[in-house]
Amino acid sequence: MSFYEEAKRRTVLVAGQVVPDAARCVQCGICSFNCPMGIDVRAHAWRGEPVVNSRCLTCGECVARCPRGVLRFERLSIFKEK
Amino acid sequence: MRYVIVGSGVAGIAAIEAIRSLDDQGEIWLIHEDPHGFYSRPGLAYYLTDEIPEEQLFPASIDWKQYRVQRLWGRVTRLYPEQSAIEGVHFRLARSIFGSKKVQEEAFRLSYDRLLLAVGSQAIPLNIPGTESQGVVKIDHLDDARRIRLLARRSRKAVVVGGGITSLELVEGLRAQGVEVHYLMRGERYWSNVLDETESRIVEHRLEEEGVILHHFTEVSEILAQKGRVVGVRLKDGQVLRCDMVAYAIGVRPRLELARQASLQTDRGILVNEYLQTSVPDIFAAGDVAQVYDPRSGKAMLDSLWGPAREQGYYAGLNMAGLKRPYLRGVPFNVTRLAGITTTLIGRIGEGRDEDTLGIVRGDSETWRDLPDALMAQSGFDVNRIRLIIGERTLLGAVVMGDQTLSFPLQRMIAEEVDIRPIRDRLLSANEKPAEVLAEYWSKLTTSTAPSLGRPVFKFSRA
Ligand SMILES: Cc1cc2nc3c(=O)[nH]c(=O)nc-3n(C[C@H](O)[C@H](O)[C@H](O)COP(=O)(O)OP(=O)(O)OC[C@H]3O[C@@H](n4cnc5c(N)ncnc54)[C@H](O)[C@@H]3O)c2cc1C
Ligand code: SF4
Ligand code: SF4
Repeated sequence: MSFYEEAKRRTVLVAGQVVPDAARCVQCGICSFNCPMGIDVRAHAWRGEPVVNSRCLTCGECVARCPRGVLRFERLSIFKEK
Repeated sequence: MRYVIVGSGVAGIAAIEAIRSLDDQGEIWLIHEDPHGFYSRPGLAYYLTDEIPEEQLFPASIDWKQYRVQRLWGRVTRLYPEQSAIEGVHFRLARSIFGSKKVQEEAFRLSYDRLLLAVGSQAIPLNIPGTESQGVVKIDHLDDARRIRLLARRSRKAVVVGGGITSLELVEGLRAQGVEVHYLMRGERYWSNVLDETESRIVEHRLEEEGVILHHFTEVSEILAQKGRVVGVRLKDGQVLRCDMVAYAIGVRPRLELARQASLQTDRGILVNEYLQTSVPDIFAAGDVAQVYDPRSGKAMLDSLWGPAREQGYYAGLNMAGLKRPYLRGVPFNVTRLAGITTTLIGRIGEGRDEDTLGIVRGDSETWRDLPDALMAQSGFDVNRIRLIIGERTLLGAVVMGDQTLSFPLQRMIAEEVDIRPIRDRLLSANEKPAEVLAEYWSKLTTSTAPSLGRPVFKFSRA
């Protein structure tokens, strides 16, 4: 499975959020440019913080477009850890 | 306290963030030669391919007001370490009485308590006749990228020379602008000291599919021009290839002029200790210009990578503000596209010399050519491919082409020196697929209760 398909496949995850790996990000801005909701994904990637934004559709566009594999979906754990 | 940062690249910006996280009183000055200040240099490649517009190169999240930085557009020309002062020229855009814009220069002098040299590196010029002609280009700055786009509009045919990632970014950028591209290589294959033969062939095959014309064992001896404009190149064998543009990426060189003139200790870069201090304690260096001690190999190494430049800048900033925090050089890695194929390069994967490059290129690390005597496992053919460099206890390096599922696990396994002895024999066995063995092992590791795998990796923390 290619990275792109992997990203698409993950779009079915409902309770997910976009998580960046700051060390890989080169701040090119492709993610923010392609986000249909105008979320500045790049700013999250700079700080290494997940995209916690109620407007995020988890559409996977930013994950799929990032040329550096910075972004991935992580499932939000439904059960609280003890 | 006055901090002076020279260079508005990612190392300089990261230093400012770090300083402000510890000291909100001190005065911070940023001297930058690039009129555009801070932007994504790797992003220039995507600007050339039209994937992003120019405005997108500038991150909106850098809040200059919050950091209270005095920005000065200019060039530092001299350091006076004994007096803790720098001198330079301040640029100013002025309108003439006819309305045209002109850059005015004015000398300045500034004293500092802590100085950071984050001046980066620069393309090594081609050493052949004709390079001053119009149509000869390289890619260091945004202005270079603008020039390439402008020239490409009225060019039909371009010659690209050099190697590494940047040469392919030039090739692809020019293709995207509709120019016929001839890529000239001196040797028998692309990036021969980082990629293995199969990987080089995969990239070359892809380039040919994109309509790029490859020339192996070919070297330019002279750039031909008429009325100051490029009309072609003469090759070593005497043949002439007509073209309107020549783009080159034969390597980069740290900008050492300031450090050398001030007698700071230098080698290929400015030598720094684990606190990013140069041989003069209140002068620091970080990023592409710094040559940093690597605990794994025992040698001081150069990188031309965004990630390490940011880390070093950040650590330099912390140390400048008085927090003694040693910087541990990590395992260099890069995720990039080579002829459209996403490729991750991690750790020690190649060796020797490449005929198309001198020293280091952009998006490159000297570590990648520091291949030890280790065993190799390969998996997959065609576009999806993984190459592993296997040590006695740990993985030393990897190249992941195409499918990137294992890129992240491998990056962590190599950086954190995960013990691979439980799967080592299977990785080397001809009957097993290394990718599957690794994926299985990774999922075991990450679902176990152990909070960390091994050596901790660097994380940006906001103080
Ligand atoms: C086209 C391209 C592609 C790249 N691809 C990748 C990649 O795939 N992956 C990757 O990790 N990295 C890549 N890089 C490299 C990455 O961008 C650099 O490693 C990083 O920008 C280094 O940051 P720095 O702050 O050390 O230096 P720089 O970004 O070079 O900044 C130095 C700044 O200092 C200024 N300066 C220099 N001298 C003076 C002076 N005397 N006075 C005032 N100012 C001065 C310069 O104008 C410049 O703005 C690429 C770079 C380019 C250009
Ligand atoms: S597209 Fe990827 S590399 Fe570029 S800014 Fe976004 S997260 Fe960073
Ligand atoms: S998943 Fe979609 S909506 Fe959410 S940040 Fe990425 S591109 Fe924007």
